[in-house]
Amino acid sequence: MSVEAQQQPQQTLVIRPPGRFGGLGLRDLWRFRELVAFMTWRDVKVRYKQTVLGALWALLQPFMTMVVFTFVFNHFGKIKADVPYPLFSLAGLALWYYFANAVNLVSQSLVANAAVITKVYLPRLTVAISPLLAGLVDFLLALVIVGGTMAYYGFSPPAQVVLVPVFVLLALLTALGIGLALAALNVRYRDVRYAVPFALQIWLYASPIAYPSSYVHGTYRTLYSLNPMTGVVEGFRWALLGSGHFQAGSFAISLGAALVLVLVGLVYFSRTERVFADVV
Amino acid sequence: MSSSAIEVYGLGKEYVLGERVSFPTLRDALSRRRHRGRRDRIWALRDANFEIARGEAVGVIGHNGAGKTTLLKILSRITPPTEGEVRVTGHVGSLLEVGTGFHPELTGRDNVYLNGAILGMPRREIKRKFDEIVAFAEVERFIDTPVKRYSSGMYVRLAFAVAAHLEPDILIVDEVLAVGDASFQRKCLGKMDEVRTGGRTVLFVSHNMGAIRTLTPRAIWLDHGQIAEDGPTAQVVQAYLESTTHTDSPVVDLDDEALRRTVGKWMARRVRWESIALLGPRDEPVASMPQNMPLRFEVTFGVREPVRFLELYLRVKTPDGLWVFTSFSGQFEEALERGRYTTRCTFDDHRLAPGQYVVELVARGADPEDIVPSAMRFEVAPAVVEENLRYSGSWTGVVRVESEWAPLESIESQTREPLVG
Repeated sequence: MSVEAQQQPQQTLVIRPPGRFGGLGLRDLWRFRELVAFMTWRDVKVRYKQTVLGALWALLQPFMTMVVFTFVFNHFGKIKADVPYPLFSLAGLALWYYFANAVNLVSQSLVANAAVITKVYLPRLTVAISPLLAGLVDFLLALVIVGGTMAYYGFSPPAQVVLVPVFVLLALLTALGIGLALAALNVRYRDVRYAVPFALQIWLYASPIAYPSSYVHGTYRTLYSLNPMTGVVEGFRWALLGSGHFQAGSFAISLGAALVLVLVGLVYFSRTERVFADVV
Repeated sequence: MSSSAIEVYGLGKEYVLGERVSFPTLRDALSRRRHRGRRDRIWALRDANFEIARGEAVGVIGHNGAGKTTLLKILSRITPPTEGEVRVTGHVGSLLEVGTGFHPELTGRDNVYLNGAILGMPRREIKRKFDEIVAFAEVERFIDTPVKRYSSGMYVRLAFAVAAHLEPDILIVDEVLAVGDASFQRKCLGKMDEVRTGGRTVLFVSHNMGAIRTLTPRAIWLDHGQIAEDGPTAQVVQAYLESTTHTDSPVVDLDDEALRRTVGKWMARRVRWESIALLGPRDEPVASMPQNMPLRFEVTFGVREPVRFLELYLRVKTPDGLWVFTSFSGQFEEALERGRYTTRCTFDDHRLAPGQYVVELVARGADPEDIVPSAMRFEVAPAVVEENLRYSGSWTGVVRVESEWAPLESIESQTREPLVG
């Protein structure tokens, strides 16, 4: 018998049919934090196994897209920004790829780990959260190339660069909220698998990645600022490059949206969680 | 604090049929009204009441689909019950499968840690037991190789080794012993026995009556989701085995297109299989026969257009597809008119070892007529009188063959020459 078990008083666990309101399972998640770490570590380790370029892929994705964007939007489309366009789009793309990959992986997480969740008990949040954390490694690599590009253009980061983690965290929370709801939906409706990459592609152009948000005027403007990623991406670029101004309004919208999305995602996820093993 | 490890009161689990197997899409949900009310519901488990004391080892037996796995899944919190309540005191470790969460790209070492974490072992504990686990699995040389390069035997041994070193207060095990070769199975049984004598509470599901008899003094027999009997193992197993000889298995209706899924559409135009049944001693359809009784199959088929000649094959396979033997009807003499026909095929001395088997049916005229790759499943049960492990289940392979061993003779004095020279 392991020592720990003898020291702890044995608690009685009661298993009952699920009621209408369960908890969000956050306490359970905390107890299983070591497992979250393991799952994250697995996702990082497995990600680029048996590829020639390995982690270079994390750099290539945003970089090549930046090259394309520079030709299409800057060269042909004459879109300008207050910092060199390649740097402008690369910074946006680095954060966007983190967000998009995270949404996609989180929404697939339950189905991808079906073998585990039908055979052993673990808080299902663990499998949903680990791709979110594992993606941060890719993001940090992408930041390296952003830094390189900054050096190339002779840019030094402004003082507000210390706020970069705040905007990354906002992107993470937004991705978590949306991803959780989609993951739960995906257990029942496999349409999610096809809808998500498509929706993300459209979302990319509905966010200020390829162009500054100052290009959007009039009636669309209000609608546009409701997109939580607008404030996140603009804020991220402001913090990293000093591009644009800090806009308290869109920051508040993004923050509010992220918190609401996480709450909605968690509630929906935990309410459907009980049937996962029966349906997935 | 109560002295029970597990208390179960009025436990039940209802499944909506179809929901578990299909991949529904949004379209189905949008058109739900059309299907509502047509869904069948089934109680996989109902009215289960029992108590397991701390340190007790209990076996759970029953046919496939009797609710054994459902019970274990509820106890290990994988799926919630529909009604009733369970009280569990102590840390539960459940092993419904070996190698849960193994990732083929990761090395054996990484997988030990990952799998251990999934099963609920703290990192420190895995670290402490790592060498022991690797030694138990006998994969020392390959521990830094990705497990996708492992043989299936190595893979299973490593997976079981991790699980076997789990030290929960309550261990829940589902049929994981049905893996690996005979010597490894013995090793696993030995480990299970160690766990049991170590004072932990064990709940063990198995089809291996020998293992149940050796490991657990008490057994619960589940039948169609209900507890049929709960008591001393010898008595419960005896009752279970006797019941298997007259299970009320219906005749299998072969009119289901799903049974012909892999077969071309051009088939089955003139002759088509209709039903098959395994017959018991009084000609009643059964799902299971004791191994010392003859196997008699009754098959019915329909002829839609006259055929000049017809041959039938009845092939017995293991569930994983190994052909054990084929019985060939030879050509039936006469040309067949339109209508329905029936015939029987008897194996008096079939030599099949206890276990599950599948029947494949083939009808052949001038052209292939109809093939049903898995027409029915049946079980050869251990003979009721049997009291040892010699012929039980996967211990011996697919067939049982009588053999005789000569008494030992000492060769010490005669051959004193060195064996290597």
